[in-house]
Amino acid sequence: MYVAVKGGERAIENAHRLLAHERRGDRDVPEVTLAQISEQLALGVDRVMTEGSLYDRELAALAIKQARGDMIEAIFLARAFRATLPRFGATEPVNTGEMQVRRRISSTFKDVPGGQILGPTFDYTHRLLDPQLAEGFVPEQPTTADASQAATPRVTDILGRDGLIESSPQADSDAVVGDLTREPLSFPADRDLRLQNLARGDEGFLLALGYSTQRGYGRNHPFAGEIRFGEVEVEFFAEDAGFAVPLGSIELTECQMVNQFKGSTTEAPCFTRGYGLAFGQSERKTMSMALVDRALRAGELGEEAAAPAQDEEFVMSHSDNVQSTGFVEHLKLPHYVDFQSELGLLRKLRQEFAEANQAPELREAAE
Amino acid sequence: MSSTGPNSKQAQRKAAMSVLAHSAAADIAGRLAAIALPAHENLREPENGLVMVRGRIGGDGAPFNLGEATVSRAAVRLATGEVGFGYTLGRDAKKAQMIALCDAMVQSVELSGEVEAKVIAPLRAAMNAERSRKAAETAATRVDFYTMVRGEG
Repeated sequence: MYVAVKGGERAIENAHRLLAHERRGDRDVPEVTLAQISEQLALGVDRVMTEGSLYDRELAALAIKQARGDMIEAIFLARAFRATLPRFGATEPVNTGEMQVRRRISSTFKDVPGGQILGPTFDYTHRLLDPQLAEGFVPEQPTTADASQAATPRVTDILGRDGLIESSPQADSDAVVGDLTREPLSFPADRDLRLQNLARGDEGFLLALGYSTQRGYGRNHPFAGEIRFGEVEVEFFAEDAGFAVPLGSIELTECQMVNQFKGSTTEAPCFTRGYGLAFGQSERKTMSMALVDRALRAGELGEEAAAPAQDEEFVMSHSDNVQSTGFVEHLKLPHYVDFQSELGLLRKLRQEFAEANQAPELREAAE
Repeated sequence: MSSTGPNSKQAQRKAAMSVLAHSAAADIAGRLAAIALPAHENLREPENGLVMVRGRIGGDGAPFNLGEATVSRAAVRLATGEVGFGYTLGRDAKKAQMIALCDAMVQSVELSGEVEAKVIAPLRAAMNAERSRKAAETAATRVDFYTMVRGEG
């Protein structure tokens, strides 16, 4: 017999109404605006854009507001919004070498051409809570200095000139760029798909995996060859116009990890590399991504692959926090029928157990 | 190749589009209000959509899909026949339509001088000023290393 259970509509409606009320909080406190979120919680917006896989500051700010600051919920909202718009196509690949650099550091060369540029960073702060910021703090205007016209070449390009580092894999002219939003994941996955997966992946998950490689689970001796953050121009080949049209600029963070060398009897040893790229100022994310990208190349580089960070199926299947939260959180939805059947089975087993354990005593009593 | 060849015209259109895409819609509207707009119609109604932003493995290798971005596009035809295209990041379809109108005017022999002088040039100056401001702020955070001399020489 199948029994349909209905009900709960009123409770759901009232729960959402209560949620909207709680989201607003104390109504005597001014409502937070999207511009305030975008301007003052900028790194949260960057994370939602990166993991929501949608570059749009205003939408990410709205998602954070709607989600009451729950980042994974906000990322979920951004992903769902994507499905409401048509895709016009793919951009020309961005050129991070031409970035209007806002921050650029290398932990490998002190005197890197273009210089060490700290930009807006938490590095070297004392991590002491600042009571001044509690209210009404007006920061000083930033200091300015003459901007040099010198180029800021990628550190990996400088190493590459002397053959000290492996070159990036080049595309076959007819190769299709893998897109996991269009085809389901299958393994083994090529590096383009792995990078797309990692770019959308949960920062916390990738951070933990990256850290695990440093602690010895898939060790590969990284140096932060370069981290850069700034604006990059985006162009899109428009069929109607007949040429690549400029779309404006987006903010990106790029991390180039330089890792232990490989070599063979036929190839001179050289450094290897891991790569991280993300929307906005997402430094921890790109560093973690680059560590995991490198770890996932274990097979290609002939390394023993025994650690979690080197297992592409494990990493790629669990990196997406929208998928993860969907499956974990579905456990709170009604499972009444499943549970009833388990309960029925358990009662039967317990009865059988009781009968089996009672039997010897009964036998003894009868003797 | 002459300076009026198709490639230089395309370069001029791209340069104008770039300035417009980097400018705020309100600033473009403000500049357009200062000139007499030619008769025109929408060839493609302004619309919102997405593009997949691509990066390159290692910064210079094979492309990969990084994530999507919102974009708006439009196409405008002047009564004199020039067709302009407007593309910009974000969901401001009106901005895409203004870019398309400017692109059409840039192609018009009669109008290109005026749109360059009264719309594109001032917006470019504002864009460059903003970039210079940011570059100057950034430059102040460049590290100047010096060597500590220890001991009494």
